[in-house]
Amino acid sequence: MHGSGIPIWFFIGVLLAVYGAMILGYGVYEWHTGSYPPLVELTNLHTPVWWGGLLAALGAFYVVKFRPGRAK
Amino acid sequence: MIVNSIGHFAASPSPALLAFVIAPLAHLRALDIAVIAIYFGMVIWIGFYLKGRSNTGEEFFMAGREMTAWIAGLSFVSANLGSLELMGWAGSAYQYGILATHWYWIGAIPAMLFLGLVMMPFYYVSKTHSVPGYLNLRYGPAASRVAAISFAAEMILMSGVNMFAMAVVMKVVLGWDITFSILVSSVAVAVYVGLGGLRSAIFNEVLQFVLIWGGALLVPILGLYQAGGVNGLKTQIIHNMKSMGSGVSSDSYFHLWRDTGHFASNPMGVHWAGIVLGLGFVISFGYWTTDFLVVQRVLAAHNLRAARMAPIIGSFFKMAVPFIVILPGLLGLVLLQNPDGSRRQLVGEDVVAACAPGSIGVPLDDAACSGAMQKTNLPADYQMKVLKGAPDAELHSYNQALPLMMVRYLGPGLLGLGITALIAGFMSGMAGNVSAFSTVWTYDIYRPMIKKNGSDSHYVLVGRLSILIGVAVSIGAAYLVMHAHGIMDYVQALFSIFVAPLLATILFGMFWKRATKLAGFLGLLLGIVFSASLFMWVKLVPAALANVALSPDAKPMAENVFRALWAFLFSALIVVVVSLLTKPRPVAELDGLVYGATILPKEDPVPFYKNVWLWAMLAVCIFATLNILFW
Repeated sequence: MHGSGIPIWFFIGVLLAVYGAMILGYGVYEWHTGSYPPLVELTNLHTPVWWGGLLAALGAFYVVKFRPGRAK
Repeated sequence: MIVNSIGHFAASPSPALLAFVIAPLAHLRALDIAVIAIYFGMVIWIGFYLKGRSNTGEEFFMAGREMTAWIAGLSFVSANLGSLELMGWAGSAYQYGILATHWYWIGAIPAMLFLGLVMMPFYYVSKTHSVPGYLNLRYGPAASRVAAISFAAEMILMSGVNMFAMAVVMKVVLGWDITFSILVSSVAVAVYVGLGGLRSAIFNEVLQFVLIWGGALLVPILGLYQAGGVNGLKTQIIHNMKSMGSGVSSDSYFHLWRDTGHFASNPMGVHWAGIVLGLGFVISFGYWTTDFLVVQRVLAAHNLRAARMAPIIGSFFKMAVPFIVILPGLLGLVLLQNPDGSRRQLVGEDVVAACAPGSIGVPLDDAACSGAMQKTNLPADYQMKVLKGAPDAELHSYNQALPLMMVRYLGPGLLGLGITALIAGFMSGMAGNVSAFSTVWTYDIYRPMIKKNGSDSHYVLVGRLSILIGVAVSIGAAYLVMHAHGIMDYVQALFSIFVAPLLATILFGMFWKRATKLAGFLGLLLGIVFSASLFMWVKLVPAALANVALSPDAKPMAENVFRALWAFLFSALIVVVVSLLTKPRPVAELDGLVYGATILPKEDPVPFYKNVWLWAMLAVCIFATLNILFW
């Protein structure tokens, strides 16, 4: 956002990073234990691992790039 | 029926379903609940954080006019991307194939580009705070008040209806209590918009846009993988259509234009003339260029160039939305399965309501259920299982296509993210309604009609209070709809009734110096009366649809676009005739308001890659390519 204050992209980064970490963590647990949710298709693709990782990486990028106080 | 913000009617969560005990589609786990709770915590935090930056009228109502083109553009698109719209259009894609994409492409892109390139300079240069505000400057207070009062009423009632419809969705999908859903979402919206004003609403709309893609994008990716790619999807749909004996060509589901030469040749029952003129021009231009709910987002841009670029940026994202909305609906046609492994066929809400088992104290009405199912393509043996109440014979509606696809592919955490995307879409839609209502109420109704010389801080206080009151009235409207279901159709028709006359009035006001004050007022008022009369005619005499849409083969979807077209032409006629009979305003008074009477400010030179025309031309090329590709 234009002007002073915390940019919206920082909030988005925080949310994506937290969600990504949670989903990635669950995905790793699921893969490690082999306890996949019943009725969910394509669990062999380990979607939570790569999608959670993608969200976490994207979120971390935005947090760093748009962190408050960072010089423009 | 759901009517979304561009006037599309789709089967919606029926209030009748509330009478039945329904097993929810999905069960959330602790991880999913945590994902949803974090979202609520974040939006409340944003509201408190932005409270300190929403003290003046300009900050509270116009977000300080300091949004970048990207923020304004994403917010502009996101305000239209509610969860009911996502589910409704996924359901429409299941019913009608990619014809539903028209509402995203021709029903949006030309109008968005026109707003950015042609109309935005007049809105922005006039420094108006709202669309009724522009009408006040151009036509005077009478036309402005008609627009302001009708818009304010529409916003608040629509907010209530959407609140109720979303609560029904949450009940059907998750089993949540209706009152719980209504109260939690309304309180959250009231807090973050009441504290942070438009800036907070815009922040959350951008957040919602990201969440929708993060939560919904997996469904088409995994669905396409499982269906064997695009070719596999097409092959299976054509095979299914042939086996169902559908009346239209079996590959009609994949053509945007080829089969629209006659109403009966395509699954939607529409004609290309209605799509181009009614949807592509009247409804689309009416919504994207005159509906203050979306225009307010662009007015918050930090300069004219950003305001012009915002809708153009938005157009690229709008063209991509069918990937997460239309494609899941098409994939649902081939991938969804019943518990017994057979292909699941979704049906209308009326059929689900007629056959819902397990109602409290009310046995299944075999005759009503059987009659309702005969209108569908459900196999006879499956219909028998439903009538016998077999536990594995479930009926789901078209609108459940997207949630069913989510449940199919998303496990713990990811499902919570998908549900959060739906909740965020609903809440940002409601925030858009109440923030637009607050601005119009304060600046276009309260200030000119109740207290003319209040201080800036007084109007900010009125704005904050109007948000609280608006949310309270919306809750009342939600419960009113719950107890008097017939009202729902009328409230949802408000947008489609107002939009065409408003478009005619604004276009003539902006591009014809001769248009007079009385012509603007009468064109708008009589146009609304004419449009409402057409709506009531078809409502009371369903056979009149053939007259309105000019064909006995027309389906309800066609009525909407043709009614808008007739109402636009009627209003335009009134404006022209009355203008020619009355005295126009001096041209000097029209500076900043009318094309040909305004010297637009010269924009600072920018590198070629920041030129709005370049990006608009790129959008036109992509738009044309997509239409040719899916011809």
